[in-house]
Amino acid sequence: MFHDRYTLAFKTYPYARSTDQDSDTPIRHTVIVVGGGPIGIATALDLGLKGVDVLVLDDHEGVGMGSRAICFSKRCLEIADRLGCGEALLEKGVIWNTGKVFYQDRKVFEFNLQPEEGHKYPAFINLQQPYFEKYLMERFRAAQADGVPVEVRGKNRVDAITEHDDHVELEVMTPDGGYRLKADWLIACDGAASPVRSMIGLDFKGRVFEDSFLIADVKMKAKFPTERWFWFDPPFKSGASALLHKQPDDVWRIDFQIGWNVDREQEMKEENIRARVDQMLGPDVSYDLVWSSIYTFQCRRMEKFRHGRVLFAGDSAHQVSPFGARGANSGIQDAENLAWKLALVIGGKADDRLLDSYDLERVHGADENIMNSTRSTDFITPKSAVSRIFRDAVLDLAEQYTFARPLVNSGRLSVPCIYDGSPLNGPDALPGGPARTRPGSPCPDAPVDGGFLIEKLGGGFQLLTVNADAPERIEEDGIEALRIDAPAGGAVTDRYLGSAASAVYLLRPDQHVAARWERFDEAAVRAAIRIATGRAEA
Amino acid sequence: MSRINLEPNLERPDDFYEAFIAAHEGMEEAESHAFNARLIFILANHIGSQDVLVSALDAARTKS
Repeated sequence: MFHDRYTLAFKTYPYARSTDQDSDTPIRHTVIVVGGGPIGIATALDLGLKGVDVLVLDDHEGVGMGSRAICFSKRCLEIADRLGCGEALLEKGVIWNTGKVFYQDRKVFEFNLQPEEGHKYPAFINLQQPYFEKYLMERFRAAQADGVPVEVRGKNRVDAITEHDDHVELEVMTPDGGYRLKADWLIACDGAASPVRSMIGLDFKGRVFEDSFLIADVKMKAKFPTERWFWFDPPFKSGASALLHKQPDDVWRIDFQIGWNVDREQEMKEENIRARVDQMLGPDVSYDLVWSSIYTFQCRRMEKFRHGRVLFAGDSAHQVSPFGARGANSGIQDAENLAWKLALVIGGKADDRLLDSYDLERVHGADENIMNSTRSTDFITPKSAVSRIFRDAVLDLAEQYTFARPLVNSGRLSVPCIYDGSPLNGPDALPGGPARTRPGSPCPDAPVDGGFLIEKLGGGFQLLTVNADAPERIEEDGIEALRIDAPAGGAVTDRYLGSAASAVYLLRPDQHVAARWERFDEAAVRAAIRIATGRAEA
Repeated sequence: MSRINLEPNLERPDDFYEAFIAAHEGMEEAESHAFNARLIFILANHIGSQDVLVSALDAARTKS
């Protein structure tokens, strides 16, 4: 009845019988999340912390094996910080800033992610996905113990869904047999092969890339620096391209591009994987093979991420190539975009049309990610003889001429999405204000009062003032905005004032800028709150 | 929107053509293709403007 599709790294939610299974009539929950992976758990936790009752169902009992997503971006860590587990992730993760690009036997150039000063979190950490999920789950359990209304049920597989006007009904299978549940809202975080998407019969269209990649995670004491090394056409011939990247616990991610027509079974044999790794590392390096996998990928998305009372987040809604670390990082941004909106709708503080902006903003994010990852893929794996000629020309030029280096694309690394043109954006009325904090932008971090700005940003609406007066609290029709003041100077001036003398920012609960002005104007702030909650149009 | 200049603009057309052909002399076909590709990127970088470059792509698409 239960066929495990994968083995577990951590059994974090073992099956336990719920009293819901003994009920004659289906028990109704406010929100059911399908899928207890990183996006499902983050979404549930975010909603729970806002007081919403959430039940997560997963057909396994915890975190799957395998490093999988290994690069977590600054924005992702900042979201984790708000959820309460950012510091644990940072402590375990490996910080890296330098990337080197090689072409055949020579280094073409190197780049530095050059993180600005004054951020709590670095541009990226490398961390095996199971650790990311484990720390998120530990936070989930701690929140649960504090009375946050979240629950997760392992070995609860959703087999059927019926959509109704005001709820969704689910048939759930467990080791003890089936039972039924109802939910006001259903969030599908059930991965790229999303069973929920199939049950509803929705399309997932896009482009298939005809290439395969072999991942080998090896554990070794190596002297390689903590950098990202990428080879085009490597001299060790283990693949058409190769990547070497450090993870915690002395584990290194090695990735080989091995072509489309490969015999998976043959390639996955340990001696064959070792042959490729040995060619790369040399015969004298000893290592343990920790995990390996062959993957192919597509770049695709659903047409709409919202279908009435069913919402899709993470890989179930969109899938990208791994180049650029845009999978898990964008899924976590989906989670935070959705959570505050759904919480307001459930609390009766916003019309359910606000959820359409989730679709709009995150489709925009997905398109940006698909565009970037498609471009990287086309560069890494040229699809025709002529595109190969151009690709190689760029690599040949890049070694000698700096102008060609920006054309080299071994992955454009995930940066947070800016919701330009979103209907939730209010006025940009701060002449001289920096472009990076225009409405739609996520708030850049800055040192404030001996700590960091992002630690002061909560999960609600806020008024950020710099050199400006404002009331400590303003409430517009049930939506509260609290003031935080950031003293001008240094990074705060660079990032929030520009050439303006003073600034007032209205921030959304996901820490994106809703509107900004030179000084506090009550009527303008109230109007912007209405726009940002979908009650009025800009 | 700026467009690529399609009016005569080469200082010494015959000299350039000669130099261009001479540059390819003695090359295998694959080497010539690689050379041309590098040359295109070098010229494109000099132009810089996306609008101008896109209008150049449009112009190249039209044969007489």
